[in-house]
Amino acid sequence: MQAEAALGRIGLWFLIMLAAIAAAVAAADSGFAAHATIVAVIAFAMIWISASRFDPLGKAQGFFRMPEGPSRYDDEPIRWGVIATVFWAVVGMLVGLIIALQLAYPLLNMEPWLNFGRLRPLHTSGVIFAFGGNILIASSYYVVQRTSRARLAFPSLARFVFWGYQLFLVLAASGYVLGVTQSREYAEPEWYVDLWLTIVWVAYLIVFVGTLARRTEPHIYVANWFYLSFIITIAMLHIVNNLAIPVHILGSHSYSLFAGVQDALTQWWYGHNAVAFFLTVPFLAMMYYFVPKQAERPIYSYRLSILHFWSLIFLYIWAGPHHLLYTALPDWAQTLGMVFSVVLWMPSWGGMINGLMTLNGAWDKVRTDPIIRMMVMALAFYGMATFEGPMLSIKAVNSLSHYTDWTIGHVHAGALGWNGMISFAAVYFLVPRLWRRERLYSLRWVNWHFWMATIGIVFYAASMWVSGITQGLMWREYGSDGYLVNSFADTVAALHPMYLLRAFGGSLYLAGVILMVANVWLTIVGRQRAEAPLHDAPYDPEADRPIVAQPAE
Amino acid sequence: MANKQSDGKRIDEPTGTETVGHEWDGIEELDTPMPRWWLWTLYLTIVWAIAYVIAYPAWPMLHKATEGVLGWSSRGQLAEEMSAADLARVSVGERLAAIDINKVPANDALMQQARAGGAAAFKVNCVQCHGAGAGGNQNLGYPNLNDDDWLWGGDMASIEYTIEHGIRQPGSDRRQSQMPSFEGMFDSAQLDAVAQHVLSLSGKAKPNRAGAQLFADNCAVCHGSRGDGNRELGAPRLNDAIWLRGNTAEAIKAQMLNPKMGAMPAWGERLDPMTIKMLTVYVHSLGGGEDFVEVAAEPGDEVDEQP
Repeated sequence: MQAEAALGRIGLWFLIMLAAIAAAVAAADSGFAAHATIVAVIAFAMIWISASRFDPLGKAQGFFRMPEGPSRYDDEPIRWGVIATVFWAVVGMLVGLIIALQLAYPLLNMEPWLNFGRLRPLHTSGVIFAFGGNILIASSYYVVQRTSRARLAFPSLARFVFWGYQLFLVLAASGYVLGVTQSREYAEPEWYVDLWLTIVWVAYLIVFVGTLARRTEPHIYVANWFYLSFIITIAMLHIVNNLAIPVHILGSHSYSLFAGVQDALTQWWYGHNAVAFFLTVPFLAMMYYFVPKQAERPIYSYRLSILHFWSLIFLYIWAGPHHLLYTALPDWAQTLGMVFSVVLWMPSWGGMINGLMTLNGAWDKVRTDPIIRMMVMALAFYGMATFEGPMLSIKAVNSLSHYTDWTIGHVHAGALGWNGMISFAAVYFLVPRLWRRERLYSLRWVNWHFWMATIGIVFYAASMWVSGITQGLMWREYGSDGYLVNSFADTVAALHPMYLLRAFGGSLYLAGVILMVANVWLTIVGRQRAEAPLHDAPYDPEADRPIVAQPAE
Repeated sequence: MANKQSDGKRIDEPTGTETVGHEWDGIEELDTPMPRWWLWTLYLTIVWAIAYVIAYPAWPMLHKATEGVLGWSSRGQLAEEMSAADLARVSVGERLAAIDINKVPANDALMQQARAGGAAAFKVNCVQCHGAGAGGNQNLGYPNLNDDDWLWGGDMASIEYTIEHGIRQPGSDRRQSQMPSFEGMFDSAQLDAVAQHVLSLSGKAKPNRAGAQLFADNCAVCHGSRGDGNRELGAPRLNDAIWLRGNTAEAIKAQMLNPKMGAMPAWGERLDPMTIKMLTVYVHSLGGGEDFVEVAAEPGDEVDEQP
């Protein structure tokens, strides 16, 4: 029976391998052939694994010291998700540092595979979809099981989601370097990779909804509303924005179904809602679980969570046109994009308020618990970025800021500050629990990571603000005689010092992440650093009084 | 610590707020009312939004969108700003159009305006090849516009003609030439000899007889017997320190075997005559402008002898 199943599996992988080899041979271009080869190699490895009873996954689980034996919840794919998260964090941020240096020193562009144009999508997809996507899938599996008090529905489908998503990431990343791209920002992978992701994503939806349906709780927890809206909306955005006709059924080129300004609007409807429903909504879901768990405090306001959830998801979907102000987009669409963005301000802040005020009664932990400190900093940056966003969407501001580094600074305040910090906090929360360790290897290292990341962000965001405003002002500078003052190259030269500061900030941030990798690894192998616990500042009742001049007797 | 109530609600001690009564994995929720400032700011942005969509184009209808009571449109705003800018320059434009290009330098105010306008147009259209400082590139074949070396002539009229018609543009009669390839005509010793001779013209190498003879037979017809170049043909001057495609023997041989010749777009197809005049004045003023004297042939005109 078991042998028959193994034989069936081998047959299936063999067919996949044959199909992939055939596709590689008949491919219309080298990019498609390379991708088919990757699939064939994976299928061949799977045949070998199935046939030889070699169990690399088991070996790898041993290598990563994954606990065995039954547990209340299905945590194995979550452990893999955490490992993938820290791996892709290093890859994505390292590429980010490289392209920051390429901007400062164009000599570092290595043609053709490692030039800025190909590495930039590797960086953005690496941090958003690989680092962010993995922590989102992993944390959603963790949170939905615990807040539903149910094991994952369809365990093998849940594993397919994780590994299938990694295949998507490998095909996307290798495609960028090989020059396979459909040139849509944040949606660069070509049509066949998009189709694969669609399959994976629908499986993800089935696992998530299936688990919710099995819940033994009367109500669905707020974090799960956010996760569910993320999964559903990303499916919709992904499918619509990637509607395209392949040039060749075995080729890596396609043409979008839309053209001209419709195409641009579809792209930025997608692009902005990738920010909304990938980088905001599900990270708020993480916040809604990990902040109250770590602070051991109830959520600040149930009513606020309802109102800000519904207003956020209703308003966000309309805000995309603010990426196309002062373009060929009709004026009415520009107006609506701007108006919805401004009204979005308070619904965005609702999440920040609910997160920060959950610390009511536990504010002392900001001093003693570096994980809480990371969460607070994440929420602070979330608040800053969601104020800056509506402000930048106002036409008068946008006419200065658009196409400048200000946008880059804005995005990174959100990405490094909010997405990065809350994800690091979640990793530090998850690792000891998933590997059943008493505590992290070192909490003081978490504190170091916190400060390196924070100072890194300050350097990054501040230099990009200065750079962006400089750029915007130089571009529009007219002399008293009514003629342009600066050439484009003049503005590039003026920004060079800012690019160096940006790279410095990025390297600090990356150094913090590498410290996290070490901390996570040492926790996994079960070591604990001998260190003094982080103390409360000692309370001195004598000193606790207002400073007033003593009246003379 | 908690005052348990029948439906799971309790009063949270540190905040004194009642919980909603739900619990997930130990997480509870407080029934705190929404912060008033938050709610009122939300209402305020909604009121502002409603006012804004009445004032500006916003709602798509069957045939076109609402126009907004202010009557604003982005195209209208652009047209307004452009016409204001044009209006400010109209007198300059008229005067420039009316005057011969060679007489511009005599008119200080006009000259200043034209130089400023030319500098701006240069930044937009010319820096991509000639560089922000008009320094060109001595290896890639983009001429330096600051020096006295001119391929096709450095007086106002020549510069204007070059900008308007470009260089080596199909369909244009002038500014055409082609350097032949000497691939297969010289053996390597002869190539070396010619290259050394070319370098010797500017004192960068010792003269040699064989090279001189080959140069006289093959090159002098365009570049001149002493390497002075020929502006009729755009043949570069070879006896100065200014180079278009490198000053090494290797670079010179490469140019003989596989000659590269620059092309420049005909800007007359893209820019208006006023801008071309301004560009001419600007390029002429960069340091190498030639030939103000000839204009003085017309009596009564005062012209600068020095640019």
